[in-house]
Amino acid sequence: MADTAIPPRTAAHRPGTTATRRPGRPPASSRPRRRSRATAGTGRLAALLVSPTLLVLTIVVIYPTLMALDESLYGVKGLDPKTGFISATEPFVGLKNYTDIFTQAGDRFWNAFWNTTFFTVVTVSLETMIGVAMALIMHRAFRGRGLVRASILVPWAIPTAISGLLWKWIFNADGIANVLLGHQVLWTADGFSAKVAVVIADVWKTAPFVGLLVLAGLQVIPKEVYEAARLDGASAFQQFRRITLPLVKPALLVAVLFRCLDALRMFDLPYILIGAQKGSVETLSMLAQNEASNVRFGPASAYAVLLFLYVFLIALAFVRLLGADLTGDAGGTGKSGRRRSRVARRRVREVTA
Amino acid sequence: MTLTAKWRQWLPYLGIALVVAYCLAPFYWMLVSSLRGTDDIFSTSLFPSPLSFANYRSVFSPAQGFTKALLNSLIVAGVTTALSLVLATFTAYAMARLEFRFKRLILTLIIATSMFPVVSIVVPLLKLFTDIGWINTYQSMIVPSMSFTLPLAVWNLTTFFRQMPDELEQAAMVDGCTRGQAFRKVIVPLAAPGIFTTAIITFIAAWNEFLIALSMTNKPGMQTATVAISKFSGATTYQTPFGSQMAAGIVVTIPLVVMVLLFQRRIVAGLTAGAAK
Repeated sequence: MADTAIPPRTAAHRPGTTATRRPGRPPASSRPRRRSRATAGTGRLAALLVSPTLLVLTIVVIYPTLMALDESLYGVKGLDPKTGFISATEPFVGLKNYTDIFTQAGDRFWNAFWNTTFFTVVTVSLETMIGVAMALIMHRAFRGRGLVRASILVPWAIPTAISGLLWKWIFNADGIANVLLGHQVLWTADGFSAKVAVVIADVWKTAPFVGLLVLAGLQVIPKEVYEAARLDGASAFQQFRRITLPLVKPALLVAVLFRCLDALRMFDLPYILIGAQKGSVETLSMLAQNEASNVRFGPASAYAVLLFLYVFLIALAFVRLLGADLTGDAGGTGKSGRRRSRVARRRVREVTA
Repeated sequence: MTLTAKWRQWLPYLGIALVVAYCLAPFYWMLVSSLRGTDDIFSTSLFPSPLSFANYRSVFSPAQGFTKALLNSLIVAGVTTALSLVLATFTAYAMARLEFRFKRLILTLIIATSMFPVVSIVVPLLKLFTDIGWINTYQSMIVPSMSFTLPLAVWNLTTFFRQMPDELEQAAMVDGCTRGQAFRKVIVPLAAPGIFTTAIITFIAAWNEFLIALSMTNKPGMQTATVAISKFSGATTYQTPFGSQMAAGIVVTIPLVVMVLLFQRRIVAGLTAGAAK
């Protein structure tokens, strides 16, 4: 509890000292200088420190989201029957953009929806499996750690747009993939092979990253647990299933959640690797972006809102059903918070050692 | 028995070699391809022979306008990083050190914003920026980029500040510093490595951005490097200029790979602290 007791008291001596240095706030002297309750002073300081971030996020996230909600109720600018020119305003169409997905016009939406779902399920499962395997390997070997760490970060650091081009080159008709396979596959044409190409490229980029996060989880499992299990005659597989998996679950869950949310908004990779408006790989992000760039803001916003809801539901499901703890020891007061932060600290030290 | 023992000893290293090969092989192929001449671009030899820098020359030829794209990327990613860091440092300090109401809620909200599908803010902002004439400006790319760099920076720095002992500020404040002074004179200098790490991770995220830059620009001179490369045109209409794309890809990636090599330990610490908790 020490960390909760000390700061409030000290902050209360000089409420708003930081305020004098921050622009746009009333000077501290204009405030009553009475000794308020400890939490009030801290609260004010916290509000000062946190509000710029909240303000920016309101402007760049919450306001646009509300705008999208509003915009999704409007249709496309059509020809004005009176003047014959394209009308200056968009007609209000209510929920038509949403109900349209259940009619013929919704085909493209559902195709994009299923593509998005397919990519998310397939890439995240593969990445999890390969990532866990990588983490187990890296956990075993102690030499060459720096080399592994550096090479794992390379796919992560390469811009997705560039890795899209890189894989487009590999999957080229005369490219190295077909040479190695000894078989001509038209990877980047529109078809199922295009889906496979996107999956391979995405898994390459992110499986090492999942491995890195899982490795961080593995490092905190005390060695004694395994020794005890070995003494009790547990096989390697039993040890993995009964000890490793349950103990690494929190780290794994957060990694999988993050990957899911990332895969749901996939854009760059299919856009560059295969191309815009290719039915076999068009994701919801690509569809919304394409509609918006064609000045069809109403439907584009509706698709964006639906994607947003989809992402939100998946995140909620993770947190509610699987108990993924996103904030970690965010509200960490008291014992459990301190213990967890100590564990996290140790984990980081060991992974980076 | 001895054979299996030997296997057991070497198996992890074989695994490590596999992991390294898996991660690096495609990148190596990009590097090798970028160093081939235009005639043997479809060669499948493992080394470029003869070594040719023709692709790099064509990337940096004035007609391509790639230098401007690199500059645009640098400005957009640099400004985004700087702004995010300043705001995030204050917020993260409050998150790590102060107790206040709704703290958990606020942190959850901040983290949640980073999980938004970027396209759901790009669509309305595209319309807004079209209306106010911001298309093809730096701010039209910087402002939306803050939506994912700012939460990333807040989260990373919060973890970092939490790892620093409370006693640091307490000692400073006992010596007569105000909380503000303790923060400025003691915490910020000591947190410099964490702030630096966060800066690298944020910069990489902003540098790699594609969707916002693609949507907010339609003038070649304002495109960032990632967008510019994807729009490289070949000598003839239907020919994809893979050679120069690979070379440009290497140019865009090299700064990141160098950072990764230099600061790998710190970057991994930052990533795992921010994500694996």
